[in-house]
This record gives sequence, structure tokens and C-alpha cells, in this order.
Amino acid sequence: MSAPALRVRKLHHAFARHEVLDGVDLDLEAGQIVALVGPSGCGKTTLLHLCAGLLHVREGSIDNGFSSQAFMFQQPRLLPWKTALDNIALGLAAVGMARAERERRAHELALRLGLSAVDLDRFPHQLSGGMQSRVSLARALVLEPQLLLLDEPFSALDVGLREELYRLLLAHLAARRMGVLMITHDLMEAVRLSDEILVMAPRPGRVVGRFTLALAPGRRDEAWIHRNTARLMQQAVVRASFGLPARSADAPGPGIEELAELVPARPMAAVVPLGRTAGRC
Amino acid sequence: MKLLGTWIAGLPAYLWSGWGAVASLLMLVAVWEAIAAIYGPLVLPDPRSAFQTLHALVTSGAAWPELEATARRALAGFALSVIAGSALGLAAGVSMTASAMSRPVVTVLMGTPPIAWLVLAMLWFGASDGTPVFTVFVASFPIVFVGALQGTRTLDNQLRTMAESFRLPRRMMFFDVYLPHVVSYLFPAWIAALGMSWKVVVMAELLSTQDGVGAALAVSRSQLDTAATMAWISAVVGLLLAVEYLLLEPVKREVERWREPHAASEVDQ
Repeated sequence: MSAPALRVRKLHHAFARHEVLDGVDLDLEAGQIVALVGPSGCGKTTLLHLCAGLLHVREGSIDNGFSSQAFMFQQPRLLPWKTALDNIALGLAAVGMARAERERRAHELALRLGLSAVDLDRFPHQLSGGMQSRVSLARALVLEPQLLLLDEPFSALDVGLREELYRLLLAHLAARRMGVLMITHDLMEAVRLSDEILVMAPRPGRVVGRFTLALAPGRRDEAWIHRNTARLMQQAVVRASFGLPARSADAPGPGIEELAELVPARPMAAVVPLGRTAGRC
Repeated sequence: MKLLGTWIAGLPAYLWSGWGAVASLLMLVAVWEAIAAIYGPLVLPDPRSAFQTLHALVTSGAAWPELEATARRALAGFALSVIAGSALGLAAGVSMTASAMSRPVVTVLMGTPPIAWLVLAMLWFGASDGTPVFTVFVASFPIVFVGALQGTRTLDNQLRTMAESFRLPRRMMFFDVYLPHVVSYLFPAWIAALGMSWKVVVMAELLSTQDGVGAALAVSRSQLDTAATMAWISAVVGLLLAVEYLLLEPVKREVERWREPHAASEVDQ
């Protein structure tokens, strides 16, 4: 049996007449972290919701081979009338796990994510924003999903907290072969965490560039991240997508050949599905 | 059951915290006594004679049938308004059109003085129990209706999407996502409606029935018996205070612990 994967082919989506996604292709293998970057309104969230099954696919196909998934939203979205512990265990309760067992698992994971036993008995409004985000992360991870979908979950946090949650997330992923599809508009976040970066452009939303990062996320240091973020920023597709002025032609940036660790996997002109050559998209 | 347990366990601490309230009530009694001393017992009897009359009414057993009749009518009207108001309000909240259409109607219902309804009810139901029950129902229905309507209208879309992403089964969707939210709007509305019922029923009885506290008030008024009048008023107000602060308020605190802005567990840092 082959490892599970998420395959998206020629995905189109429109809200009323407004075309949001126009022919998106995407491959996500188990154990891989794929980041979708792009400006606001480029259809990232719609794509993620389609992958999560929160929206119906109208045109194109999504073949989700992962047997379980969890979604982490931009805001913590905790149920205000449930304690932190019950919030974490929500997904486990949904699959009918007995109370004692799900509380044990939620408790164990929560402690590893930096929540204290006292926090777990509190209601969301009694927790700080950072603690709420930890609860939200724990709620997703406690399901031990094969596919984790992240919708800019760290964008509202301060730098220190964000780094800590990155670390916790990467440590958790290292132990499991989980596929992660994440949305961000923060290029540095994408460079820090992902194995592959898909650059999306708006109106209508489509993938305009793909970059793979060879070094394992756990082994990247700050210098590496800063260097490669700067390189990514200089790519023409990235600048165009975010509406930045193109670099003047005579300023010689590092050519693509020089980017040892950052490889534009499939330049826009020749986007092909991974592992295949047939069909232009 | 668990709720009952926490209610009983929390009662001593809660009662102890009520000293401030008791003190301010006693202040009110003091003002009452001062006014009584100035104007004399015909205008306002002093609290002691009012409470003595009340004591006599209670020990002779004369008070209970009247209070029972009043409570029966108030609770019947209240129960009707809770059932109808909650059900219709929830239903109206689901539909944008229905909630837009019902709002002016509710404003009209709320703006109509209960005494106007009472006159109509006396024409329709005569001197039966129907008159006070109907008046109570009409007066408290809009309060419950608006609470239920707002409860459904304000359901959070983000939480719903979250719940869907975790594949919550229908039962959990209802009990863990929708119900707690709606109840947090319904419960205060129920309490407000109960207070309204209790006030309106006495007024309705005063004009339309032969028994009940309202009727007893009418009799004491015609006999210029101000001590008995104040005794009955004290009995009605005292009962309402007891129900509200001994029963409903603790339950409300327990049910809505999650929305308390400053909960007890904030000390350890």
C-alpha cells in the first residue's frame, strides 16, 4: 500500500460569479510540509477549506488519501463555555472516545505544549492569547491526524511565542509522518517550516511558482532562514504576486543556479504534477 | 444533579456575600419607618405593625391559599410564555426574514401596557383564572421571545465552521455548540420574565379575581387597612426576592461561570 497523499487537480472554485481559484494543482505526501504563500484574497483559505471538506468541490478534483485530518484556524476558535481541557478533547469526543481516555490524552499533550494543569481547568476567556493558541494547537494535534491543515494559526502571536510554537510543532511532526498543508503570508514562516513553498497570485487564485527546500526544517538555523527568505523575496514571481515593484533589471541578484538550498522546483511556465510529466495545467 | 450539588455547596458562601444586600434592604425599611413616624399609621403603617399583620396572616393560615393562588397563576402564565417564547423565538431567529418581521410586532407587544391587555382579558375570560394567566403570558412573552431570537441570531459562524472541521456529530453540534450559546441568552430572559409575571399577576388579580394576593390587596384597600396592604406587599416582594436570589441567581452563576469576566482562579501567577 502506498503512503497516503493529498492530490489536487485542476481545481476551480467560484463564489457566485467571483472566481476564486483557477486551476490549482497540489501534491502533498505524508511527512511533507507544504506552505501556500500569497497576498490576502488569493484564495488560500478557500483552497484549504476545500481540502478540509468544509466546502464542496465544484470543478476539478481533490483526492484525499489521508484517513484523518485536523484543522487549525487563524483565531483559536475555542468554545467559550468549555474548559481548556474539554476544548482540547473536543475532536476525540466527536469520534466517541470515552471521557477518561480522551482527558488523559488531552492532558498529556497539553503539558508537552506548555500548558499547566491549572490552565486546563480554566475557561478560554481566562487564558492569554498565547495560551489559547496552545489549546487550539493541542486540539488539532491530539487527534494525531495524518493531515494537518493550518490557516495562519500563528499570525497574531508575538515573535517569542510564535518561535516557541514552531518548535513545538516541528518536534511533534518529527515523531510522526504527518502531512501538513499550511497557509501563510509570512515568507519567513514558510521558509522556516516547509519542505515546499507554493506561491499563489490573486484574481483569480492560482499557483504561480513552486520552490522546494532541501534542508530538513529541524536543522535550519536563523542565518539559513534569513538568507533564503531574502532570496525568495527576490524571485520575480514572488514580487509580482505580492504586488511589489519588480527589481530593476541591472541589479544582479543571485541567479537561480546559486540558490543551493532553494530550488524553484517547477517554474511557472512548466508547472507539472509531481512525479508525472503528462498534461499542462 | 451535579448542578444541585454545587448549588447546595455554594450556598453558605453565597449567603455570606449577601450581607451587603441585606444591609441595603434594612436601610430601606429604616426609611419606611421614618416616613411612617412622620405621616402616621393611616398613610403608612410602620414596618413592625406591617410585619406583625403578615405574621398573623401566616400563622392563622389565611395567607397561604392567597399566595398559592397567585403563584399558580403567575407560574402558569410564566410557563406558557417560556414555552411559546422560546420556541417561536428560536424559530424566528433561524430565518432572517422572520426575525426582521417579528421585531416590530415584539416592540408593539412590549410597548402595550399590561393594564390594556388586562381589560381585554377581562372581556374574553371574565373572572376566571384565564384573565391573570393570559395577562401574565402576554406581558412576559416578548421578553422571552427577544432573548431566544437574539440567542439564535448571534450564533457564531466561526465556531460552527470549527465544529464542522472536527466532524462533530449532530448531537454534539446541538448540545456543545448551539445550546450553551442560546441558553446564555435565554436564561437571563427567563429570569426577567419571571419578575414581570410576578408583578403583573398581582395587578391582574386586583381587578379581576376573588382570591389571590391581588384580591386580598383590593379588600384591604377598601377597608383602609394599610397595615394589611403593606403586609401583602411585603409578602409578594419577599417571595420574589427569595426565589430570585436563593434559587435563580446561584443557578445562573453556575451555568454561566464561563462568561464571568473575572473568575476566582486568577491569583496564581
